[in-house]
Amino acid sequence: MNRFWSILFFLVPFGVLAAFTMAALGVQPLGGAWLPENYSESGVAIDRLWYLVHAICAFFLVLPGLLIAWVLWKYSGANVDSAKSFRSHVGLELVWTVIPAAILAGLAFYQLKTWSAQRVDRPTIKVGEQELLKPEDVRVIARQFGWTFVYPGEDQKFDTLDDVQIENLMVVPKDETIVMKLESKDVIHSFFVPSLRLKHDVVPGMIQFAWFKPTRTGTLDVVCAELCGWGHYKMNASLRIVDRNEFDLWMAEQEDRIKAPVLNPVNDGGP
Amino acid sequence: MMENSHAPPKSFVGKYLFSTDHKIIGIQFLFSSLIWFAVGGLLALAVRWQLAWPWSDMPIFGPLLFVEEGGKISPEFYNMLFTMHATIMIFFVVIPILSGAFGNYLIPLMIGADDMAFPKLNMLSYWLMWPAFACMIMSFTMPGYGPGAGWTSYAPLSTLVEAAPNSSGAQTLWIIGILFVGFSSMLGAINYLTTILQMRAPGMSFMRLPMTVWTLFITALLQAFALPVLTAALVMQLSDRMFQTGFFTPAGLIANNAEAVAGGGQPLLWQHLFWFYSHPAVYIMILPAMGMVSDMISCFSRKPLFGYKAMVYSVCAIACMGFLVWGHHMFISGMSNILAISFMASTMLIAVPSGVKVFNWIATMYGGNIQLTTPMLFSIGFVSMFVIGGLSGVVMAVPPVDIHIHDTYYIVGHIHYVLFGASMLGVMGAIYFWYPKMFGRMMSSWLGKLHFLLTFVFLNLTFLPMHFLGARGFPRRYAAHDHIDEFAELMPLNQFITYAAFAMGAAQLIFVLNFLVSLFFGKRAEENPWQSTTLEWQTASPPPHGNFGFQPEVQRGPYEYSQLSSDEEDFQPQSTNKTNA
Repeated sequence: MNRFWSILFFLVPFGVLAAFTMAALGVQPLGGAWLPENYSESGVAIDRLWYLVHAICAFFLVLPGLLIAWVLWKYSGANVDSAKSFRSHVGLELVWTVIPAAILAGLAFYQLKTWSAQRVDRPTIKVGEQELLKPEDVRVIARQFGWTFVYPGEDQKFDTLDDVQIENLMVVPKDETIVMKLESKDVIHSFFVPSLRLKHDVVPGMIQFAWFKPTRTGTLDVVCAELCGWGHYKMNASLRIVDRNEFDLWMAEQEDRIKAPVLNPVNDGGP
Repeated sequence: MMENSHAPPKSFVGKYLFSTDHKIIGIQFLFSSLIWFAVGGLLALAVRWQLAWPWSDMPIFGPLLFVEEGGKISPEFYNMLFTMHATIMIFFVVIPILSGAFGNYLIPLMIGADDMAFPKLNMLSYWLMWPAFACMIMSFTMPGYGPGAGWTSYAPLSTLVEAAPNSSGAQTLWIIGILFVGFSSMLGAINYLTTILQMRAPGMSFMRLPMTVWTLFITALLQAFALPVLTAALVMQLSDRMFQTGFFTPAGLIANNAEAVAGGGQPLLWQHLFWFYSHPAVYIMILPAMGMVSDMISCFSRKPLFGYKAMVYSVCAIACMGFLVWGHHMFISGMSNILAISFMASTMLIAVPSGVKVFNWIATMYGGNIQLTTPMLFSIGFVSMFVIGGLSGVVMAVPPVDIHIHDTYYIVGHIHYVLFGASMLGVMGAIYFWYPKMFGRMMSSWLGKLHFLLTFVFLNLTFLPMHFLGARGFPRRYAAHDHIDEFAELMPLNQFITYAAFAMGAAQLIFVLNFLVSLFFGKRAEENPWQSTTLEWQTASPPPHGNFGFQPEVQRGPYEYSQLSSDEEDFQPQSTNKTNA
C-alpha cells in the first residue's frame, strides 16, 4: 500500500505537466483551452513571458514532486527500521533560499520592459518639434451592460456634432497603434480582449488610456472582466480588425449615416 | 494551576452551550464551520451546475427554489451563488475552523495552560458568530436572493442600490454579518496573543513552541493588525449605502437610469482597504494549516522537524511581507502602473519563504520512518497541492502575464489549489489527527484513506482544468459563457469539471459518515495514540476540565523523535513529569 501512495504522489507533477502540455499543443480533450491566437504586437512579449514563467514553474513543480515520491518510496513503513535524526543543514537551506530568490529577482527585472510597453509608456506623436502623448483614437464608454464606441468623425475632434457613436462594435485598422480612452457611466467594468492580451479595468470617475497595435485582420470578442451586475456575463462586443482601406470605407459609411448628437461624457472627476 | 481557573460547569447548558472551556468552544467552532462547509459546498455545486448546463432546469432543487423562473437559475441568483460560496468558505469555514476551532482547542493544551487567558471573552467570540450567521441566512430572503457583488464587494456595484437588485438589503446584511465575524476574530486574536505570551507552562520558551502554536500566534498578530482596516472599510461602505457619504462613489454616476446621490469618492480606495486586510487574510487562511502540517509530518516521519528555526523565521517573514503585497490584486485596476512594479517585487519576494517551507517539509520526511496514516496522507497532500497553488501564484505575480489571466478561471484554479487543495486538506488531516484527543475515539483509518484518495484525485480533476480555461481568457463570475463564440467550444471541459466537482462533493459524505459514526462507535483512543511529543498528548483523551491533572514542566523542544537509540520508545514528550498531581 505504501508503494501505491508513493506512485500517487509521483503522478501529481507529471499529470499536471502532461495536462499543460496537452492544452498547449491542442490535444483533445483539452483542445482550444489555451492561449487564443495572438492578434497584437505586445501580445508576442506577453506570450513569451507566459511560456518562460511556466517553464520555470515546471521545473519547480517536478523537483519537489519527484522528491516527495522518492522519499515516500524509500522511507515509508516497512522499508526502514529507524529514522535518522538530523534536524538542519545550513548549506542546503541557503541553497533553496538563494537560488529561488535569484530566479525570481531575474524574472522581476526581465518583465519590466513588457509591462512598461503595455501599461506605462503611452504612445507619442510628433507635432512639429514636440513629442506629445498620442490622443485617443476611440472612446470606450462602458455601462451596464454594453459598450459604446465613439469615433471623432470627419473633423477628427471629439465632442462635436459629427462624432460617430456605435454600440457594441469596434472597428480598427490593422498595423496602427490605437489609443483608447476608457470611461464608465456606472460601476467598474473591465475591457478584455483575450486575443489581444489586453485587459484594463474601466473605473467610474477615472480617465484612463489603453493602447494596442493589431497585427492581423479578423473579428474578436470584447468581454467584460469585472463583475458589474446581473448582466455581467452578456456584456460583450465585437472588435473588427480590418485593413486601412476597408477602415476608411467603413468610417465614411458611418459618417454619412450617423450624425450623432454630442455624447455627454461621464464627469471627468480628475484634476 | 493558574489563579483564574474556573470551576467545571454542571448543567448541560453551561457545559455545552454557554461554555467558557476552550475545548468546548473549539468544538463549537468546529461543528458550526463544518455545517457551513456543507452549505458552501452545495452553493459551489449549484455554480457548477449552471456553468456546465446554463439555464437548464435544475433537478429536484430547481422547482423548489425558482418557482417564478420555471426551475432555472436566474443571473441574479447566480451572482448570489458565487458571492455566498466565497463569503461562507472564507469567513465562516476556513478562518473560523483554523483560528476558532483548532486555535481554541490546541493553544492552551499545547502550551500547557488550563484554559485561555480570558475564558468569557472566548465564549463571546464564539457567540458573536451567531449574529453573523443570522445576517447571512436573512440575506438569502432579500431581493436578488442575497448579496451579489462578489466576496470582494467592489464599490460602486456594492454601494449603489440602483446598480443591482442584490445591492439593496442583502448587501447591508452582508456588511453587518462580516463586521460581526471581524469582532469575533478580533476577540479571539487578543485572547490567543495574551494566552501564548502569558500562560506558557514553565520551561515552554518561544523556541520550544510547536509550529502549530507559532503559526496561530502569527495569525493572531495578522488579525490584530489587519482587521481594523477591514472594519473601517466595511463601516465606510455601510455609511455610503445608508447615509450617502460617497467615500467610494465618484460624482455623476448614472446606474439603471437613476443618478447616484453622492459623489467625490474613489472606487479604488475600497479595493486598497479591502485587500490590505484580505491579502493578509490569505495567510490567516494558510499559516495555521502549515503549522499543523509541520507537526503531523514530523510526528509521522518520526523525525525532528527539519530547520525548525528557519520554519519559524519564514512564517514571520511571510507575515511581515504579507502586508506589502496587497496591490498584486490590483495590477489592472487602474492603480498607478508604476506602483504596480513595487507590488510585483514584494510578491516575488514572498515566494521565497514559502518555497523554504516546502523543501523543509520534504527534508523532514527524508531519512525518516514514514508512517502513512490518514493525517499523514492529508499532510503530504497539503504539501503537494501547495506547490501547485504557490507556483501558479508566481505566474500571476508577473504583471504582464496577469493582464491576460486576471479575473479569469486561472485565478479561480489558483485560489482553490491554495484554499481547498492546501488549507482544507490540512484541516481535514488535522481533524483526523486530533479527533481522538477531542472525542476520545479513533476515526476509521480505511474510510479516512478512501476519503483522502477520492478527494485528492477529484480536486485535481476539478481545479486543474480551470487553469486552461483561464489561459483561453474564460472570465470568472459569468453566469454563462456559451453565447460568446470564442468560449462556446469549451463547454465539454466545463461539464467535465462539473462531474469532477460532484464526485468530490460526494466523497465528502465518506468523511461525514466516518466523523459521525466514530463519535459513538469508534475505537476508544488512548492518551497518545500517535506517539507524539507535544503536551496535549500527555493528558487524557478527551482532556478533563482544566486540561492537565498536574502542572506540566517542559524540558525539551516539540520534535524529539528518534533521538534515543537505547530507549524503547522512539520519542520523548516535551514534559515527562505527568504524575505529580
